[in-house]
Amino acid sequence: MTPLIEMNNISLRFGGNQALSDVSISLYPGEVVGLLGHNGAGKSTLIKVLAGAYKADSGQIKVEGKEVQINNPQDSQRQGIETIFQTLALADNLDAVANIFLGREKRKGFQLDEDTMEVEARKVLDRLRVKIPSLRVPVSNMSGGQRQTVAIGRAVYFKARVLIMDEPTAALGPEETQKVSELIQALKAEGVGIFLISHDLHDVFDLADRVTVMKNGRVVGSARTDQVSQDDVLGMIIGGVVPPQLR
Amino acid sequence: MQTTGSTPQTPRAGLSSLGVDIRQLAMLAALIAVWIIFQALTFTQPGSFFSAQNLFNLVIQTSVVGIMVGGMVLVIVTRQIDLSVGSVLGFTAMTLALLQSESLGLGWPWWITVIVAIAVGALIGAFNGSFIAYLGVPSFVVTLAGLLMFRNASFVVASGRTIGLPDPTFQMLGSGSIGAVATWIVGLVASAAVVYLALSGRSRRSAKGFAVRPIWAEAVVTGFSVLLILGFAWAMNSYIDPRNNQPAGIPIPALIAIAVLIFLSWMTRSTRFGRYIYAIGGNPEAANLAGINVKRMTVFIFMLMGALTAIGAAVQAARLAAATTNLGKDLELEVIAGAVIGGTVLAGGSGTIIGAALGALLTSSLRNGMVLMGIATEWQNIVLGAVLLLAVLFNTFVTKRSLK
Repeated sequence: MTPLIEMNNISLRFGGNQALSDVSISLYPGEVVGLLGHNGAGKSTLIKVLAGAYKADSGQIKVEGKEVQINNPQDSQRQGIETIFQTLALADNLDAVANIFLGREKRKGFQLDEDTMEVEARKVLDRLRVKIPSLRVPVSNMSGGQRQTVAIGRAVYFKARVLIMDEPTAALGPEETQKVSELIQALKAEGVGIFLISHDLHDVFDLADRVTVMKNGRVVGSARTDQVSQDDVLGMIIGGVVPPQLR
Repeated sequence: MQTTGSTPQTPRAGLSSLGVDIRQLAMLAALIAVWIIFQALTFTQPGSFFSAQNLFNLVIQTSVVGIMVGGMVLVIVTRQIDLSVGSVLGFTAMTLALLQSESLGLGWPWWITVIVAIAVGALIGAFNGSFIAYLGVPSFVVTLAGLLMFRNASFVVASGRTIGLPDPTFQMLGSGSIGAVATWIVGLVASAAVVYLALSGRSRRSAKGFAVRPIWAEAVVTGFSVLLILGFAWAMNSYIDPRNNQPAGIPIPALIAIAVLIFLSWMTRSTRFGRYIYAIGGNPEAANLAGINVKRMTVFIFMLMGALTAIGAAVQAARLAAATTNLGKDLELEVIAGAVIGGTVLAGGSGTIIGAALGALLTSSLRNGMVLMGIATEWQNIVLGAVLLLAVLFNTFVTKRSLK
């Protein structure tokens, strides 16, 4: 099977800091890959390259076997890659509807088609089953969980083939986290490939088919979650030690 | 799928069910209070605050700032500032005068000179915007440089002279008015439009099951708007133009300002361009990640500001029937003050066209009333400064409270 996404030998330098060196990672349809590592390990930088927020100095990105150029966020979206950033990337002064459709507004002629957008926004948030009292208040007035739901709704609405979730449950309570897990399972069943970035090992072990561990801008190793224990992975994260069964 | 919608619309109660921004309501209340106080202080005079002539003057005095203030709102909403608008107004007015004047210039028809002035204004805006967006120079510095450069450039191109603009058709832009019949037609058409938009919007929203204002609130807001429009038409028709002893009607500069403000208000609410302006102000990084070309938008916004400044320049020059080298001096401060008093937050992301229009009207009302009372210019400025501070304090308070 061709991987949905292949990132090969990606390197990126910020001034004197080698943020990514020679990183390779892959994702198959219907697969959840957990991306693990300490803060500053390069996880977020790597996915920002895929999302078009940063451009790699060198390396290759393939989508379904074909090499693609991702120079900006639109290029990434055009490949069916949707990203939920750790910072959520919401415009706090705009309401939920405006945020979900930001950059891809529906229009009637010159005018924004607010009614259609509101109906569609409501549908997608209903699917996430999170209570949001009004879609028409600025998202700055919402709770962390509601804001996160809006950010997830934004990614889910546009029928992604690949979903990147950077700490998707960081601001969520146990019940909402459960809903996100269900959503991930549902999307996975639809054949969507998901990169799940998290520092919560349990979360990742529950949901991911494979994990890739990063440290200091490099990949320590990748493994199927049924091949390794959580302690093995912890060793990879902290010590950069590859467990014997993977060598 | 659950059938319980995640997004029930709770009916709002009391004042908030009017669906009007509390800040705008406060502005309106302040405006009416200021008017009543000035009327009380001046009603013994022949030209009291509410006299037809004074209201007519007030409207004309507000027009130039009214044309420009909406552009400044957009600039400030995107976390920028434009300090150059006063100087750019002077420079574009001078450009226009040099092209139009027969004795000192080229003698071009007035409408061509206006178009060229607008193009020059937009070009200056593009220059400012490009420096800010692509070269990363802070807008404060770029436009401060513009303030110095264009003020003195207009002195240079005119060799320090004042250039007269005798064309009576052109002067209409600054001091003409449309007469009684046209004024009533405009008033009635505008009222009908307001009622139609309220009704059609309401039926459309309720047909789709969206929240609508309670019927009484809709009636109050719509009724108030219609009353305001017709009252305005009536007041403008009450002023008898001494030149022909006919009712003057709505001044042309006011009509230009209103048209500009309605257009900008529509643009900010109902177009992608407007939506992106607020998105950039709210979170530039998010806007960028959403695929919005923040740099190009910045250039466009400054171009719009420049074009509006040039329209203001045409009106100002037409009103004076001349372009002077200090035309528009200190105007940037009045425009920024109007926007800020009208609720635009300098940190970006927040501010409305209608609020800024009210802010501009409030500042010009204060100045007009104080002139009527014979208060010295120095004290006028002190009072206006104090009002600016109070307004910002109030806005900060309201913003903080709404964030809790």
